[in-house]
Amino acid sequence: MSQPVLDVRGVSKRFPGVLALDDVSLTVAPGEVHALVGENGAGKSTLIKILTGVYRPDAGDVFYRGEPVAFGRPLDAQAAGISTIYQEVNLVPLMSVARNLFLGREPRTRFGLIDVARMNREAGEQLARYGIEVDVRLPLRSLGLGAQQMVALARAVAVDARVVIMDEPTSSLEPREVDTLFRVVRELSGRGIAIVYVSHRLDELYQLCDRVTVLRDGRRVHTGALAQLDRLSLISLMLGRDAAEVRRDGLTGFSAHDAGDVEPILRVRNLSRAHQLHGISFEVRPGEVTGLGGLLGSGRSETAKAVVGALGADGEVTMAGRRLTRRSPAAAIRAGMAMLPEDRKAEGIVPGLSVRENIVLAAMPTLSRFGVVSRAKQDRIVDTFMKRLRIKAASPEQKVSELSGGNQQKVLLARWLCLNPRLLLLDEPTRGIDVGAKAEVQALIDELAADGLAVVLISSDLEELVEGADRIVVLRAGAVVGELAGDDVTEDNIMTALAQEPAHD
Amino acid sequence: MTEATVKTFAPPDRVRLARLLQDYGVYAAVALLVLFNVAFTDNFLQAATLRTQLVQVAPVVIVALGMAMVIGSEGVDLSVGSVMALSAAVLPLYIGYGFWPAVLIALIVGALVGVVNGTLVSVVGLQPIVATLALLVGGRGLALVFADGQLKGIKDGTLLELGTGDLLGVPYTVLIAGCLAVVIGFVVQRTTYGRQLVAVGGNRAASHLAGLPVKRVLIGTYVLCGVLAALAGVLATARLGASDPSAIGNLMELSAITAVVVGGTPLTGGSIRVLGTVAGALLMQLVRATLINHDLPDSAAQMIQAAIILVAVYIARERRTR
Repeated sequence: MSQPVLDVRGVSKRFPGVLALDDVSLTVAPGEVHALVGENGAGKSTLIKILTGVYRPDAGDVFYRGEPVAFGRPLDAQAAGISTIYQEVNLVPLMSVARNLFLGREPRTRFGLIDVARMNREAGEQLARYGIEVDVRLPLRSLGLGAQQMVALARAVAVDARVVIMDEPTSSLEPREVDTLFRVVRELSGRGIAIVYVSHRLDELYQLCDRVTVLRDGRRVHTGALAQLDRLSLISLMLGRDAAEVRRDGLTGFSAHDAGDVEPILRVRNLSRAHQLHGISFEVRPGEVTGLGGLLGSGRSETAKAVVGALGADGEVTMAGRRLTRRSPAAAIRAGMAMLPEDRKAEGIVPGLSVRENIVLAAMPTLSRFGVVSRAKQDRIVDTFMKRLRIKAASPEQKVSELSGGNQQKVLLARWLCLNPRLLLLDEPTRGIDVGAKAEVQALIDELAADGLAVVLISSDLEELVEGADRIVVLRAGAVVGELAGDDVTEDNIMTALAQEPAHD
Repeated sequence: MTEATVKTFAPPDRVRLARLLQDYGVYAAVALLVLFNVAFTDNFLQAATLRTQLVQVAPVVIVALGMAMVIGSEGVDLSVGSVMALSAAVLPLYIGYGFWPAVLIALIVGALVGVVNGTLVSVVGLQPIVATLALLVGGRGLALVFADGQLKGIKDGTLLELGTGDLLGVPYTVLIAGCLAVVIGFVVQRTTYGRQLVAVGGNRAASHLAGLPVKRVLIGTYVLCGVLAALAGVLATARLGASDPSAIGNLMELSAITAVVVGGTPLTGGSIRVLGTVAGALLMQLVRATLINHDLPDSAAQMIQAAIILVAVYIARERRTR
């Protein structure tokens, strides 16, 4: 291998309470397309932020073109030739395409004014080289997302980048746009530009990348040629499961037998949403925990949100025999559904309100008379659930933002349970909470299902999923790729389903 | 994850002081100013002086109550001054039908403006500052069209009585402002709507997922704010004895926002301090009166008001970065 253009040696980064990167190394040669993969919290974004000067490492060194570097600001990294393409394009949407392409280095006329004619001409030529034919005088936002991304890419290359870091660049692109993007990436690599490619879409990695570095829990667990690593091994590296244990048979032996002859309470048919969900169908029975399995970005959370109407999607959702027509969270709650969202902070707690008010938030109308809240009714409910879920707070009047993550999660569970739902969708119910609370929440899920509640469980923790769920619907790239039930619910089978080659279309 | 670990430490004294200041600072400042005036201002405790102060502050209090609710919803309503002008402009048009119908129509106009504001914010999804700016500009223009650009004298006895009369020595305007403060306090603290409003302001995404009628709550809040502003317009007209849509309610949006902010309601939403808002309005009124009584020019008073606003905002900021 030639002299690496980027050489990260033993970098560590600690945040209060967590070691985000632990002695991670990464080398990228000129012209190489290097895949950087890992599940949530693996440390990918921390590493990218160190490379681009957003963070400084606590230990270790970054060598760029043979020299040790320490970028103080993102701008320094950019000036040195390390460009980053984020999934959301960070350009100026209202300026013209050409202006965006030449921002900060516009060609000048003799009088020091911007030479618009030349700028537009050169912008058109540059983009045409990547197969993008657009009117460069139009504002950037009038372009499709894919074309915008291409402009960002063209800009990165035009400013003489040696390393281009691409963070999930295809997550919002059409398949055709993805093809164009890949062509450009290959051309860049042909010109000796090194590319660090972050994506959860395994198909893309295998199409595009030469080598791969797998991060898990802040540590580098593997680096090597991608072609020598099959999908199954890659997935087991990402998830931290031993590939040798994974059986390859059983892939075709999905038995669809149900836990019982109970009528499903929830039927989902053909749930679709552009780029995210492609015809998802499944059923959920009372008294059963149905798991939604899949890697990050497979559409698990989107499925749950679409079911409760928090995310617009086509398709049918039938709850207890009644098809939901006007879809909204309020309608879903009336139909007996409740969803615990993944992002506790952004979509769950109301930080300024007390534990009591957070618990009764959804049930408030039933706990009031003529629009005036009844404290007596509220206190009874709150007291019951604080005891039942063992919520540790100084008092029900304590602000919920002062509680630990585990107790906040229990407050949210209480919010939903006091509605007496018939179907509970739990998106990552134990993420980011301490071990004790985790065990309690898991026990509660079991108990609720035993009481006849239908539960949908989403978890990145394979062990939790396998132990918690009676049936698992496996998702990949927004589509159902398998369903496991009974004895087939094993970590191996899930990984096998995830590793299948995609159906050719 | 970083916050969780930080929170286990006891807050340092500076932070605790800032929190105390935000919670009780405005009351302490009002008390200090009152004491100062009792000691150094002639005739301050005389009924006539107090009465003047209270009558002057009443419309600000009424508008600020509505503003506090809008700000609590993570919004802002810049159109309140124009709504006052609109309500002042329609009063003389309908006063021929009698006092009550005219007032009712003025309040309905305020409600309609609120519906427009609330719809722009919650359904169309405009930023509150932009949505209500439209009616800040357009509303006053419309008021001038209604009034034909003229000042019109009021001859209706009941309306004039409302502006100048009193009950047991308390002017009607002050009485109304006081009652409204109590009512709004009750609405915010004790009603389903009020608590939903605070929740929507605190975390709109979570409220939506919890099935709260987010749009209805937001529209309702802007309607309430509009009605309160219209009522302030009626009272101001009554006190003036004339409908003057070009002057009534000028810069009222800023006075109201000031009262709310100085009263300790954070601009980030999720908390509404009704009593603090009343105290904030009183504080700003007292500051001006005190300075003018002691022969400082109005321009100095304005600069001191600016300083108070900065202090209030600084204290609020301190708390958020805890």
